[in-house]
Amino acid sequence: MRILSALFRHPSGRIGVIIIGLYLLAALLAALGLTPHNALKMFAIDRMKPPSSTYWMGTDLLGRDTFSRLMLGIGQSLNIAFAAVACAALAGTTIGLLSAWWGAPWDGLMMRIMDVLLAFPAILLALLIIAIVGPGTFTSVTAIAIVYTPIFARVVRGPALSLKQRDFVDAARTFGSSQRYVLTRHLLLNLVAPLAVQVTLALAWALLTEAGLSFLGLGTQPPTPSLGLMLAESKNLMQQAPWLMLFPALTIMLGILGFNLTGDALRDILDPRTQGRTA
Amino acid sequence: MTPLLSVRDLRVGFGSDPVANEVVRGVSFDLAAGQTLGIVGESGSGKSVTALSINRLVDFGGGRITSGSIMLQRADGTALDVTGANEHALRHVRGRDVGMIFQEPMTSLNPVHTIGAQIEEALRINRGLRGQAARNGALAMLDRVRIPDAKSRMGYYPHQLSGGMRQRVMIAMALASSPRLLIADEPTTALDVTVQAQIMALLAELRDETGMAMIFITHDIGLVAGIADRIMVMQSGLVVEQGDTATVLDTPQHDYTRHLLSAVPHFTAGRATRTDSPRTEDSDPVITVDDLVVRFSIGRGLFGSKGAVHAVDGVDFDLMPGETLGIVGESGSGKSTTARAVLDLNARKRGQITVRSSRSRRPIQMVFQDPFASLNPRLNVEALLAEPAIANGQHKDEALRERMKFLLNRVGLPEDALTRYPHQFSGGQRQRLCIARALMLNPEVVVLDEAVSALDVSVQAKVLDLLIDLQREFGLAYLFISHDMAVVERIAHRIAVMFAGQIVEIGAAQAVLSDPQHSYTKRLISAVPAVERRNQHFAIDTTQVPSLLRPVGYEPPKAQWRQAGPDHHVRLEAVS
Repeated sequence: MRILSALFRHPSGRIGVIIIGLYLLAALLAALGLTPHNALKMFAIDRMKPPSSTYWMGTDLLGRDTFSRLMLGIGQSLNIAFAAVACAALAGTTIGLLSAWWGAPWDGLMMRIMDVLLAFPAILLALLIIAIVGPGTFTSVTAIAIVYTPIFARVVRGPALSLKQRDFVDAARTFGSSQRYVLTRHLLLNLVAPLAVQVTLALAWALLTEAGLSFLGLGTQPPTPSLGLMLAESKNLMQQAPWLMLFPALTIMLGILGFNLTGDALRDILDPRTQGRTA
Repeated sequence: MTPLLSVRDLRVGFGSDPVANEVVRGVSFDLAAGQTLGIVGESGSGKSVTALSINRLVDFGGGRITSGSIMLQRADGTALDVTGANEHALRHVRGRDVGMIFQEPMTSLNPVHTIGAQIEEALRINRGLRGQAARNGALAMLDRVRIPDAKSRMGYYPHQLSGGMRQRVMIAMALASSPRLLIADEPTTALDVTVQAQIMALLAELRDETGMAMIFITHDIGLVAGIADRIMVMQSGLVVEQGDTATVLDTPQHDYTRHLLSAVPHFTAGRATRTDSPRTEDSDPVITVDDLVVRFSIGRGLFGSKGAVHAVDGVDFDLMPGETLGIVGESGSGKSTTARAVLDLNARKRGQITVRSSRSRRPIQMVFQDPFASLNPRLNVEALLAEPAIANGQHKDEALRERMKFLLNRVGLPEDALTRYPHQFSGGQRQRLCIARALMLNPEVVVLDEAVSALDVSVQAKVLDLLIDLQREFGLAYLFISHDMAVVERIAHRIAVMFAGQIVEIGAAQAVLSDPQHSYTKRLISAVPAVERRNQHFAIDTTQVPSLLRPVGYEPPKAQWRQAGPDHHVRLEAVS
């Protein structure tokens, strides 16, 4: 709560939190079936209608309401992004923490593997994984999670290495504290701030990667609406129905902006230099 | 005659409301050319802020001068009020009129330029020298600050020089513009005591040679005694006393000055050692360390190691229950490595550490130097104190909470501290917390690694008293590591002097301090600054600590010992 109110007092944080809040609300309402129109049902007579008071963002080639589809699409994209980032954060943190704690030679080995993963562009690596396993929601989550794991491992390893050298870790060794206690209470607890920032920023990238994969037809499969998919379907109708491209594109952009702004604000708020020696 | 510097009712504040957050609250003083003013005070007293206001460097730290005047007599005879000067005039003041040296010589020098280039730049900017003239000027400056072999040192980078040499380079740069006033802000605090003595002697000589005035800021009233003409004592932004050095030191008027003078641990060459030695003929030591060797191999690669740093080489000592062994030495002498090896924090190459314990599963505990770094900032006091107990199989129950409260009480902290976090305590309180935590497991030995060095003198005195009380109450043995001879004198029963990884002299504190036998011990003791000894002058030698890096397979010759008294052993020195 303290963090949320601090975020709200931060100028860009406020915008970010509001955007994320609206997106979560849209996803929630869509999940409860409270969309203005049925997003999956086709209305043959209302094909390609421009935005109006009935269809706020127009309809597509099959007469489906764009606004309702966007609400569902946000839910779908957020689901994949949250799941993928959660997996990446968990795996990356574990790898980074153990890598720092064990030291050579494990550290070198694991970090070189992370370097190899990091060397591929995210979308290319995801394509590779999908090429092996085949498209689908679950594969998207796996692919995005694997792509972002090295970033978390790097973010955790650096500070963990320096925390490992701190006197309070030495002190814990003189009491005979267990390895688990030192790793969780002394290292992980002090890494909460950088991790929170990283999770928020990773959500923004994950959203973008998911949209990219769906756009290429490798993520969410129709008829389930997804932001990237809607963009792909609209590309041939750009001349006749520009709203079909405009609204999904804006939705993707705003979502990424929201997470990015929140991440930046979190970084400012959790920066140890602005907090004295408490962080 | 008008003074060189005349400060009247200076007030400096920080933050968005500088009037409300005043750190310096009405300071006035005069400084004549060629005079030295010592500003003494504890951390937070406003001494550095006062000095930084003179060249307005305080602006860069977010400070604002809210009222008062600082009249600086300039080289051309005109007087300038620094408080109202524009940036152009200030640059002139900072570059030419006022030189400054800081506490930490490593961070004040640019690591990617040679020291020669850095001095040349100072000469170029402030005196307009170029090319060969600047090079010659820099060489002359290095000679002037007594850097041996100046010609080859010109091409050195800062990291290749020792702390004392770096501080000399800083002094050379500050003097490059022939300033009329030199401000030295704790210039020797980060240095070893023998190096400190060298720098102090150098500053005094340079002042006499150039006739510049000097402001010397320090927390150590004993240090300033030998160099200052006048002393100004500051406490929470106010000047509580100022006057001639002799008057202030011999007949202090203000309570705070008297308090500072009594709190500063006076080094008395063995006359103030403890007399309650628990060492008897038939007692058994609680720790016996035999032939301890710690080496850090470097350049480890495919083709084996290039050599090893012999951090600790063949150290032997024992510690009786209830006894304090003080280990003294300068940085790099291996005293902390010894302490850490006793606790198994450093792997030892060889050596036997025998612990005879009857009352605890973890009989040796440690208190670290930096109370900010040794407490996890994210845990509250209850979690911090419970950690040792939980690590040894106890549960967080009422009995454990009672013990925590008892120990908090015993170290002088309130019981309600349990729910607070480390950053809500002062440095001294945190060190008390660390002591309480070390006692949670009822140990027999506490290793105190520079445990009071980071504290202000008056806090330091109280923590030392607490340690002595706790020792008597719980029958603790202390391994007390310190570079500060005066502190060791107050707490140690026995003293071991370490030099270059080896013990060179060990014995009863009184014997070692009053009758030092080894040449290094003598040097160490003669370098200790003290109020009483301010009129004595010592010959300054520039002996450097030998490199501890040895080739693979090197074994030092077996130590030969000589007995100098009933409990006083001295290592025989190699004849060179």
